[in-house]
Amino acid sequence: MTAISLIVNGERVEAEVPARLHLADFLRERLGLTGTHLGCEHGVCGACTVRLDGAIVRGCLVLAVQAEGCVVETIEGVSDSGELADLQEAFWRRNALQCGYCTPGMMLAAADFLAHAPDPTDRAAIRAHLSGNYCRCTGYEAIVDAVEATARARRAA
Amino acid sequence: MKPAPFDYVRAGSVAEAVGLLAAHEGAKLLAGGQSLLPALNFRLSAPGLLVDIGRIADLRRIDVTATMLRIGAGCTHAMLLDAPEIAAHAPLIATALAHVAHPAIRSRGTIGGSLANADPAAELPACMLALDATIIAEGQAGARRIAAADFFTGLFETALEPGEILTAVEIPLVPGRRHGFAELARRHGDYALVGLAAAAEGEAVRLGFFAVGHAALRAPAAERALADGAAGIEAACAALAEDLPAHADPEISAPVRLHLARVLLRRVMKECLAP
Repeated sequence: MTAISLIVNGERVEAEVPARLHLADFLRERLGLTGTHLGCEHGVCGACTVRLDGAIVRGCLVLAVQAEGCVVETIEGVSDSGELADLQEAFWRRNALQCGYCTPGMMLAAADFLAHAPDPTDRAAIRAHLSGNYCRCTGYEAIVDAVEATARARRAA
Repeated sequence: MKPAPFDYVRAGSVAEAVGLLAAHEGAKLLAGGQSLLPALNFRLSAPGLLVDIGRIADLRRIDVTATMLRIGAGCTHAMLLDAPEIAAHAPLIATALAHVAHPAIRSRGTIGGSLANADPAAELPACMLALDATIIAEGQAGARRIAAADFFTGLFETALEPGEILTAVEIPLVPGRRHGFAELARRHGDYALVGLAAAAEGEAVRLGFFAVGHAALRAPAAERALADGAAGIEAACAALAEDLPAHADPEISAPVRLHLARVLLRRVMKECLAP
């Protein structure tokens, strides 16, 4: 077991973890933050996307011990802060989710795009940025619509 | 899909990591982990010890000297995509990295990890061939330099000796070097079906193909045809049959792969290498 100390959604967390525990399992099973989902556990599906020191990562491809001293933000944290309220509203309005399994990861990937893209209304760029997040319900069109609508609304605001 | 148990230690320096590898048979290096962790999760690999080199500051440097660009092995793809030194001196790398996986993977994956992993369908090994890079490896016997052309020896195989750590790559600075890059993949971010990274210095062109066989490879016959201006691109396309192995996989057959390699060669030469 290895002792780790990190900040999760603004709170200091200290824990003893086995080296093989990945960050997504740590968040879900130790901290009860089950908004981070696990689909494939080999980095393909994007359901486990979280923020690590501000950058989006695959929660299944980072060991909890690697997050020592880091700042982790999950869908619970960014929902509570209101940072994604407009994006969440746009997803709801446009039916950009059905079963919801991919949605937390999709939200964090879309938020990363909205924060950093030179032109966040560019639909091809939205698709490229979200290409690492699989959705098996929507066919993606409504998700791209929701991200683009959020970008336009933020620009107009 | 959980890894077998292993021990973990975070190395504070390259020397410490070299010592740990020497002291623990079966230890593996962990850098970005974006290829290693899937392998661990699948239990394709079950090392007794992971030596984490992800926080060694010396490995995360980018330096430009009078003659070369030196990239630390621990630089992530995201760092290189944003680095002005890469944009200025080796834009081929940034062009290629936009095709590597997805943002959430590029934020962790490292150049050293990609090169040491030597996936035959990965972009960066082919870029190293095209840019005539030198790979720096450090082990108990000290550091040594390996030409990229001698580094990628087979399927996930490199010239690294057991216990050695890939610490940096050096790319010669060549004013006026032109580059081209193209790959075909079924979806954005997927591994390529066929890919080509190219660099041209004057009349000389280096072609680094990937996803064409067991390792990234140069195409010397096609390069000779391109250097002979009169022969033209079609002669180079014909010569590719000599350069590329007849490589089929469940995705595409060997003839289709060769055809697509020619399509990429025409694209890269026409769009990116025209004087």
